[in-house]
Amino acid sequence: MIHIWKQYPGVNQLSSSLGGLSLQHSQQPESLRPVNLTQDRNILPVSSVPAPVPNLNSDLRKLNCSPDSFRCTLTNIPQTQALLNKAKLPLGLLLHPFRDLTQLPVITSSTIVRCRSCRTYINPFVSFIDQRRWKCNLCYRVNDVPEEFMYNPLTRSYGEPHKRPEVQNSTVEFIASSDYMLRPPQPAVYLFVLDVSHNAVEAGYLTIVCQSLLENLDKLPGDSRTRIGFITFDSTVQFYNLQEGLSQPQMLIVSDIDDIFLPTPDSLLVNLHESKELIKDLLNALPNMFTNTRETHSALGPALQAAFKLMSPTGGRISVFQTQLPSLGAGLLHSREDPNQRSSTKVVQHLGPATDFYKKLALDCSGQQTAVDLFLLSSQYSDLASLACMSKYSAGCIYYYPSFHCSHNPAQAEKFQKDLKRYLTRKIGFEAVMRIRCTKGLSIHTFHGNFFVRSTDLLSLANVNPDAGFAVQMSIEESLTDTSLVCFQTALLYTSSKGERRIRVHTLCLPVVSSLADVYAGADVQAVVCLLANMAVDRSVSSSLSDARDALVNAVVDSLAAYMSTASNLQQSMLMAPNSLKLFPLYILALLKQKAFRTGMSTRLDDRVYAMCQMKSQPLVHLMKMIHPNLYRIDKLIDESTIHVNDRVVPQPPLQKLSAEKLTREGAFLMDCGSSL
Amino acid sequence: MESVVFIFSLIDCCALIFLSVYFIITLSDLECDYINARSCCSKLNKWVVPEVIGHAIVTVLMLISLHWFIFLLNLPVATWNIYRYIMVPSGNMGVFDPTEIHNRGQLKSHMKEAMIKLGFHLLCFFMYLYSMILALIND
Repeated sequence: MIHIWKQYPGVNQLSSSLGGLSLQHSQQPESLRPVNLTQDRNILPVSSVPAPVPNLNSDLRKLNCSPDSFRCTLTNIPQTQALLNKAKLPLGLLLHPFRDLTQLPVITSSTIVRCRSCRTYINPFVSFIDQRRWKCNLCYRVNDVPEEFMYNPLTRSYGEPHKRPEVQNSTVEFIASSDYMLRPPQPAVYLFVLDVSHNAVEAGYLTIVCQSLLENLDKLPGDSRTRIGFITFDSTVQFYNLQEGLSQPQMLIVSDIDDIFLPTPDSLLVNLHESKELIKDLLNALPNMFTNTRETHSALGPALQAAFKLMSPTGGRISVFQTQLPSLGAGLLHSREDPNQRSSTKVVQHLGPATDFYKKLALDCSGQQTAVDLFLLSSQYSDLASLACMSKYSAGCIYYYPSFHCSHNPAQAEKFQKDLKRYLTRKIGFEAVMRIRCTKGLSIHTFHGNFFVRSTDLLSLANVNPDAGFAVQMSIEESLTDTSLVCFQTALLYTSSKGERRIRVHTLCLPVVSSLADVYAGADVQAVVCLLANMAVDRSVSSSLSDARDALVNAVVDSLAAYMSTASNLQQSMLMAPNSLKLFPLYILALLKQKAFRTGMSTRLDDRVYAMCQMKSQPLVHLMKMIHPNLYRIDKLIDESTIHVNDRVVPQPPLQKLSAEKLTREGAFLMDCGSSL
Repeated sequence: MESVVFIFSLIDCCALIFLSVYFIITLSDLECDYINARSCCSKLNKWVVPEVIGHAIVTVLMLISLHWFIFLLNLPVATWNIYRYIMVPSGNMGVFDPTEIHNRGQLKSHMKEAMIKLGFHLLCFFMYLYSMILALIND
């Protein structure tokens, strides 16, 4: 069967390649080459799919922002909204602004040059008029170049402002002055809220958490002012007094959960370095303190209210570990899932939160610069749809370990341990705000990700972490007829863990086109799929899952139909796609099989909700791995393309095409989906 | 009797006009960044139920006093108000939710809705004024 297909090229390939001989098509870029989807069999990628490079001249291309940080769904921006509507593809940006970078130019200049009207930071795509003035590329206003900017500290030369590092790099980090601070930079403050009910002790997560904390206590990002605190809760809330002079940690129990209060005004959040011995004692004793507990209730709401009260003066990060449905006090939840409806093809209910308690709490926390991260380690339904709100709007992150048990489920236990290590030691930014600016004519109308939208383009993030991705959708308000380039700038103002106020700026420049064919030539299929995934999650929650699935299918159908109607020399009976979109139907099909969107197969509600949260908060590179995993063949390792790690030669298995026909009985294969192997 | 009905509806309509104007002012404050989303939404959510009740009273009053045309005119707006209030998703903090208001052009649609209601209430105001004068003359 396979051999027959390979020998039969098909008439249409012939006609399209003959068509390529004409003068008109010889200028056709590779990305617009028509691919016959019903005939071509070898379109699956063998190596990782690169991001499309925008069609700019080579100087601008070198300076442009890396696609890992900043990516647009259409690398050729349509000139008018009407043209965008004809293309039937969404226009949006996918951002990963705080990702771990190996090379980052840090500017410590005393003046940060910004446009006077739109406050854009100076970037490689501005134009300098007569060496003393510069024209903003977002609002076109002419600004003066300040005196200090004329001097270039790197080359010690004067009079060449365009050689300065701010203008030579599209990703820079500024050290901000006190004008950018509303209050002195806060110290790193970490609070751990731990569930110690009978269920939690059964699952045994406490030993892993305490062990991990003991190992990583010195590696927590921060400086000498770092503070740490612990709260445990079951049907009451327990606080721990870790004051420096005490001989051992003191537990204070508050049982009035309807009107929670803090038992002592301070010494519940203590300086890490001063009380280190006490903290270590507490961590060693904690797993054994609750072994014989008979408490089955969980008062999560009151514990969170207490945590908020504790953190409001400074801000910081709250890490919540929960193992069951909160059953006591404010914010108690009921079991809403019907196990018989798990494989329902019709309506999937209860995808949205049941109460606004967690949303209100998240907004309060966000206002006090506190982020709430949730670790859900439950074996039964815990209404993640409602609990996730506490992280979604306070810029936290959500980790979910279904059927967690430290001895019965060692795979989950190991995963939890590794995730916890990364979580505790990764870079963190506090009291952050992010602003996304675009060239005049474009505007942003919808935001996706874990943050609170404080005003039309200002996103308030209590914490930023390097594993968070964001997406925004844009529309073209005014026609971009008088410009050939548009720029986007993301500015992230944050306090580093060492107490420095910094601004990370990414700038992306893209060309403007006026023909539909060019729009398709520049389509970035991976970015389109990720943005559609975000939109589909929103649609599932606001209307219904089947609506979202239909919308995803319609997105492919409409865009390919629009392409076929423009490329007039192709026969209508075949399904043709431009080379840039040849994987589009494949990716959408893969998306429809994800836990978030699948119907007909038994999916637990929490699993589904978690998959949806992941789609909205992960950066593009992780999301694509989840949708289209990497398949490796590991029994036939070859010697080429080996890498050297720690003085050992590690052979790299070749990447296979992700297709069932590549699997054979005699081989061993490894599939890497990002979060599982 | 007629004139009392129309005097009362006139006053009620006045109150609804003021309420629409308040909504428009608060929403445009949010657009221009004079207030933040949370305070804007809590201010507006406080007045959603009074608006629903106020409009429902006028509609019912018209029904009771057998003024069919005006009743039918007010009915769609009253049902839309009640529908909007009932269909708030369970996780949202009221009709105006601070986390959703900047998403998907909701701010613009709320503004448009408030403008349409303002226009409608102004029209109704003049209708009641005319009917009241007519009723007072006929008495």
